[in-house]
Amino acid sequence: MSFAMPDLIPVMPEIAVLAMACVVLLADLFLKDEQRNVSYYLAQLTLLIGLLLTLNLANEGSRLSFGDSVINDQMATLLKSFIFIVTAIGFVYSRRYLKERGIFKGEYYVLGLFGVLGMMVMVSSYSFLTLYLGLELLSLSQYALVAFNRDSSRASEAAMKYFVLGAIASGMLLYGMSILYGMSGSLDIIEVSNYLIRELDNDVALIFGLSFVIVGLAFKLGAVPFHMWLPDVYQGAPTSVTLYVGTAPKIAAFAIVMRLLVEGLGHLHGDWQGMLIILAVLSLTVGNFIAIAQTNIKRMLAYSTISHVGFLLLGILAGTSQGYAASMFYAIVYALTAAGAFGMILLLANKDFEAEELDDFKGLGERHPWFAFLMLLLMFSMAGVPLTVGFYAKLSVLSAVVRVELYWLAIYAVLMSVVGAYYYLRVIKLMYFDKPLTNQPISQQWDMNLVLSINGLLMLVLFFLPGGLMSLCIKAINF
Amino acid sequence: MTFQQLVFFLFAAVTTLSALRVITVRNPVHAALFLVLTFFSCAALWMLLEAEFLAIALVLVYVGAVMVLFLFVVMMLDINIARLREGFAGYLPVGALVALIMVSEMVLVIVSGAFDTGAPEPAPATYSNTEALGEVLYTDYVYQFEIAAVILLVAIVAAIALTLRRRTRTKYQNPAQQVSVDRDDRVRLVKMKPEERD
Amino acid sequence: MRNGWLQPIADAVKLLFKEIIVPTNASRTLFFIAPMLSLAPALAAWAVMPFADGMVLADINAGLLYILALTSMGVYGVIIAGWASNSKYALLGAMRSAAQIVAYEIAMGFALVGVLMAAGSLNLGDIVRAQQGAWTTGWFVWPLIGLFLVYIISGVAETNRSPFDVAEGESEIVAGFHVEYSGMAFAVFFLAEYANMILISALTALLFMGGWLSIFPQSWAQTPYIGWLIGDGIHWFLLKTTFFMFNFLWFRATFPRYRYDQIMRLGWKVLIPVTLVWIFAEAAAIALGWKPWLS
Repeated sequence: MSFAMPDLIPVMPEIAVLAMACVVLLADLFLKDEQRNVSYYLAQLTLLIGLLLTLNLANEGSRLSFGDSVINDQMATLLKSFIFIVTAIGFVYSRRYLKERGIFKGEYYVLGLFGVLGMMVMVSSYSFLTLYLGLELLSLSQYALVAFNRDSSRASEAAMKYFVLGAIASGMLLYGMSILYGMSGSLDIIEVSNYLIRELDNDVALIFGLSFVIVGLAFKLGAVPFHMWLPDVYQGAPTSVTLYVGTAPKIAAFAIVMRLLVEGLGHLHGDWQGMLIILAVLSLTVGNFIAIAQTNIKRMLAYSTISHVGFLLLGILAGTSQGYAASMFYAIVYALTAAGAFGMILLLANKDFEAEELDDFKGLGERHPWFAFLMLLLMFSMAGVPLTVGFYAKLSVLSAVVRVELYWLAIYAVLMSVVGAYYYLRVIKLMYFDKPLTNQPISQQWDMNLVLSINGLLMLVLFFLPGGLMSLCIKAINF
Repeated sequence: MTFQQLVFFLFAAVTTLSALRVITVRNPVHAALFLVLTFFSCAALWMLLEAEFLAIALVLVYVGAVMVLFLFVVMMLDINIARLREGFAGYLPVGALVALIMVSEMVLVIVSGAFDTGAPEPAPATYSNTEALGEVLYTDYVYQFEIAAVILLVAIVAAIALTLRRRTRTKYQNPAQQVSVDRDDRVRLVKMKPEERD
Repeated sequence: MRNGWLQPIADAVKLLFKEIIVPTNASRTLFFIAPMLSLAPALAAWAVMPFADGMVLADINAGLLYILALTSMGVYGVIIAGWASNSKYALLGAMRSAAQIVAYEIAMGFALVGVLMAAGSLNLGDIVRAQQGAWTTGWFVWPLIGLFLVYIISGVAETNRSPFDVAEGESEIVAGFHVEYSGMAFAVFFLAEYANMILISALTALLFMGGWLSIFPQSWAQTPYIGWLIGDGIHWFLLKTTFFMFNFLWFRATFPRYRYDQIMRLGWKVLIPVTLVWIFAEAAAIALGWKPWLS
């Protein structure tokens, strides 16, 4: 029995992250409680190594390995790099928060790194099986992280809901995949795509499988009507975990939608476009309108996520490479913006104070003008106000939708973002025009302040210089 | 009807009926036991497909380990069935609708003939699918295999991180301490003057 | 009668004629299914046991897996009995047994993995044939001595025999899972326990001690008159099985009962790590082709 050694180069970043995660797990065993910072630095080092290895592969071109089940292409490189960056930012923001709540443990970082590994696997997957396994790896880490503060009953409830609904979603996805597998006889995305070119006559069964795949994906993305878990999870989880769940995984989710729907089932575009339109319209409506009624900022941001998922889907359903690139840009920008917004909540929180009510932001302009300004930029960016990158992201998605002559959809999306602007601007109103309700001290930590400032200013910088990131996205799509 | 078909229908009937009983039976322990029966007859069906490794693995893993632990938990819990069934009537119309749609879709798919691939060639008697599985698992699917292993590792880490509590008040023995005990720690020899005898 | 040799038979007859009492509020069907469920797997496993070369009921490829699967079914008899009796002591016994059997099954499974790696087959006949050669080098007991010990220990634990008999624990929870059973139902439990004992002993003989293989060199089998006795044959298998059965009784008479947490610690923290390391070392040895033990 002999077999060819698979090409390990495309998965070098994965191997490195896995090895380092195990190192963190073992090293943490020998650390005393006051030395936990070592685990933190090791985790950051892991992300750095992963980033460098990923960038090292950037010019390799598209490369398949492990019997065509893993791909390393421009898209994978770009998305993985941002997954590392966003996760690293999240780790910086959450360190003090975790320490104050007594959950600053090695396992937190180990689970976080394994989640990153799952995202990397998802981004690079080129077979249903790999994709599913990556998704499960990410989900499992997330379930555990949500419940990580085990003395909080709200967190446990959130984790339970997340787990049950996530399991149902996985079941749906698997069921859809199994039908597609039954039809095409292969799990490889490229084979399925070839099969679809060969014969398109088995429409009924294909669409049956497709709809289950889309339901599964919609669950994972949090698109309406499969969004029920999202607000509870965002609100119930410790804010640092909300930050983790709400940022990098969105990039990975975008990647699996691309891999499955565009690269695998691209020939069924006519069929899934309609389904995605329904999801997008519902997400935009429900997300924006319900967010208005929220008093808890984490919950508000959860509904805002739902509306952003609607936008994300708009670019994909356009079905043009311009649309895909716009969506990719949107996903990355959204992840960065959300990281900043949750980072701000983490900044204001301290030992006995969660800072998760909207009222807690009242008078921030008085208390700390610089952070209030950063929050202003982040909220503007989420709302899509010009001079911030969010505007550019929304614009490029909308222009892709207009390009395929879905005018009504574009108009509807604009209307809904006007509705959305209301609750983002309300935060700004609270910060600048209301009197502070609390005088909780804002703790100063140079690393967090620095990263948060860069993160906030990035919203401005990327608006004026979107060309670099956008051209990367376009290049990644047209590999 | 050949003997194989007879066996197939027998086990298929047992599978379906016991699966039905899992959701209709009132007692959770009985439901779990019916689930065991479902797994077992499923394994028999797989055996008919000559997938003996998967069949036995199903019995070994699900029947022999997973369901045992499941029963363990169910027996300990005092589940109030009446409360669980409270909303049943309310959810029934929606549930029935979804079920109806699903069933009709499945019927459509099956009728469309997309899955009529015909029976595969039976494997020769010397063919061992354990061996075949092992060969592809560690070669073609090694990447997926490793990721599955990582998932299990995450499950272990998560389970321990979420449940392990060091209780300070519980009394437990440390065998190392017990073994390394010294005579001097336990026995103190006291020199005394012998008492005077009257 | 002299020396009381008829006593076991008298016992059996007595049990046959005794009334089976079903406790109030017991789950009647399960109460009667339980003893059968504990006996049936122990008997069904014999289907793939080779008594001598070619003397086997079903010569299937995945024989070892089949046995592993069936022995893992045995626990249901205990659990169901414990639950269906509607009795606290019985339930305690069932709980103990469930956790214990699951824990030890892993170690047992790993020990078997070591055997099948050495033999390169799951077929029990092939496993015995792979042990041909002089008994000092051929039998798997020597290169796999660690796994052999783990297997015996977990075998004892799997059959709920002393010193791991906390599921019955006469002195703590009266008789554990079968405290409510009487008459023939009780007897079936006992039969199952002994059937399992014999099964484990026979398996140990097959997997580690060369089954029907003789301890004498092959050439001696040509000796006139007693050649059949010296050469390979079913009598060797029975002899080895009897030896291990004797061990079961010997343990019972020798060791005090383990405490429950000690059992768990032994299973999870000692036996499983030992098997893992042993399998790793064995795999390395096979990959490097270390002769003569693992070629």
